[in-house]
Amino acid sequence: MQSFTTLTGLVAPVDRVNVDTDAIIPKQFLKRIERSGFGQFLFYEWRFDQQGNVIPSFDLNKPRYQGASVLISRANFGCGSSREHAPWAILDYGFRCVIAPSFADIFYNNCFKNSVLPVKLSEEQVEELFQRTAQYEGYQLHVDLENKSITDDYGLSYSFDLDEHRRQFLLQGLDDIGLTLKHGDAIASYEAKHADRLAYPV
Amino acid sequence: MSTKKTMYEKIWDQHVIVQEEGKPSILYIDLHLVHEVTSPQAFEGLRMSGRKVRRPDLTYATMDHNVPTKDRFNISDPISKQQIDTLSQNCAEFGVTLFDLNSIDQGVVHVMGPELGLTHPGKTIVCGDSHTSTHGAFGALAFGIGTSEVEHVLATQCLQQAKSKTMEVRFVGKRKPGVTAKDMILAFIAKYGTDFATGYVIEYTGEAIRELSMEERMTVCNMSIEAGARAGLIAPDETTFNYLRGRQYVPQDAAYDAAVEQWNQLATDEGASYDCVVDIDMDSLIPQVTWGTSPGMGTNITASVPNPADFATENERKAAEKALEYMDLTPGTRITDIAVDYVFIGSCTNGRIEDLRAAAEVAKGYKVSDSVTAIVVPGSGRVKLQAEAEGLDKIFTDAGFEWRDAGCSMCLAMNPDVLQPGQRCASTSNRNFEGRQGRGGRTHLVSPAMAVAAAVKGHFVDVRNWEFKAEVLN
Repeated sequence: MQSFTTLTGLVAPVDRVNVDTDAIIPKQFLKRIERSGFGQFLFYEWRFDQQGNVIPSFDLNKPRYQGASVLISRANFGCGSSREHAPWAILDYGFRCVIAPSFADIFYNNCFKNSVLPVKLSEEQVEELFQRTAQYEGYQLHVDLENKSITDDYGLSYSFDLDEHRRQFLLQGLDDIGLTLKHGDAIASYEAKHADRLAYPV
Repeated sequence: MSTKKTMYEKIWDQHVIVQEEGKPSILYIDLHLVHEVTSPQAFEGLRMSGRKVRRPDLTYATMDHNVPTKDRFNISDPISKQQIDTLSQNCAEFGVTLFDLNSIDQGVVHVMGPELGLTHPGKTIVCGDSHTSTHGAFGALAFGIGTSEVEHVLATQCLQQAKSKTMEVRFVGKRKPGVTAKDMILAFIAKYGTDFATGYVIEYTGEAIRELSMEERMTVCNMSIEAGARAGLIAPDETTFNYLRGRQYVPQDAAYDAAVEQWNQLATDEGASYDCVVDIDMDSLIPQVTWGTSPGMGTNITASVPNPADFATENERKAAEKALEYMDLTPGTRITDIAVDYVFIGSCTNGRIEDLRAAAEVAKGYKVSDSVTAIVVPGSGRVKLQAEAEGLDKIFTDAGFEWRDAGCSMCLAMNPDVLQPGQRCASTSNRNFEGRQGRGGRTHLVSPAMAVAAAVKGHFVDVRNWEFKAEVLN
């Protein structure tokens, strides 16, 4: 997996609470059997009208947010369906970092598998980022995973919490299946010990 | 430190293989359920790294999300067909048992698993689907995972997991007539919100839970994810053991009794403590209807559409305004004055035989309103067969419902069952997100009984006042 260390990027807002994964990537686009190519469908029904025309009022469609790599949103981001297509779409569109006051569990987990950094900040801090994003055209954030910090060019500096294992996982771009397989002996002995319980009678 | 454990802690401890300081635990997975939408990239990952499925004997697949509910072998969308065919090929290549479109056991994956008896108390169960929480109704630790983790489990039969916090949701008092399991879980989510249980595993307790059937318990646990929880659990008891006895994938005869003895040890110890406890009062709990675009935006059937101005925070006000705009609803409108165009009965929440019995009981002797299209989609081939043996299909079709084949159908509308823009649906499914049942479609979540009543009257009604024309079925 691609590693994540630092990121400096344009910030784009999606100003809603409870952004669900159906909104992030609607179900009609889940039929592909590849991991790639989902970015074009990100927030599809908010970006495009029923005829496929761009909806200019949606923030991600505004010229000032083109090329953004940091997404800011509100509480409970990524709720609903477990579809990993959501972080695939976010990554493929160009975002590497999502900042929100809270994330739904499965989405949060899925981000780490795809080198997308989800950052939890307080409601007040996220509100401040929304205000600065609106205020400064071309507003950028510097995300530093090594130091768990977020800074801007106007003196803002926030630190964020992240589980140390998850941080190392992203910094090093680790293969977690490989890590689990290192415990092959422990897995095999568990299976031997519990063989009767595990076996189905068919 | 107390040695008294909650059920979650017991199951967790029984499945941790490796625990190292500062790292997530490695948890053994007893059962992995697979469907066509979230698995192709996982199997492809195995191929690319030259890995095998470690335990094909603990891995079971079916196809449900894309499956048409009419003329199922004629899948007109070539990309849907490719996804279904890909699952067949992957299962053949990796030796995984598949219940395909020819199998009587094919169905919504969370209907199929319990029905076959694959779901046992005390098991760890995962699936690339958030509604895996359904299986917690049996006292199994069951949760949804992403596709990378599907690949992880296929390759290792394990997952790296951090332990969740524990929450007890106590339903206090007795269920009133006309109130269903769906109303219980909707009322809980309406009261506490869709992220209240993030980071927690919920255990549902109380007399009202104990009195639920297995189907009803599955409805409750199914929507744990809509409260944000990792999983939902209900302690197994005689109801559980009677449901599972004799099913295809449970131990038989003396071995079953031995298993029950083990399963009886799972319940939370007297005096064990949870990280959070909340009570839901059954005395005041009445049928629920959602009015917005998040499962937490729900209210009593006797209430009105709320006014966004009455919400506590700016973000909630904005969310309610956006929801009402999308739903085309005006604050103050009585819920019973909301007219529906479509009714969907089915899904992993409410597509089981008891749900269909409850729906048929309301439908019997009535006709679907001329302004409403109504479909009944059984949760599995076996549910369909059973319903037909009981004559439920006849009740539905006599009343003007369409009787369909098994699948996820309009719960997420990946198959041809899709709302048209602006259509309003009373749905027994689990999510009312924007566009969930079709772009521009408007979803109101309700119980099967409430859905049928809405189909007949053309608008929501309080099913507690329903004039039943049937003897109680079964």
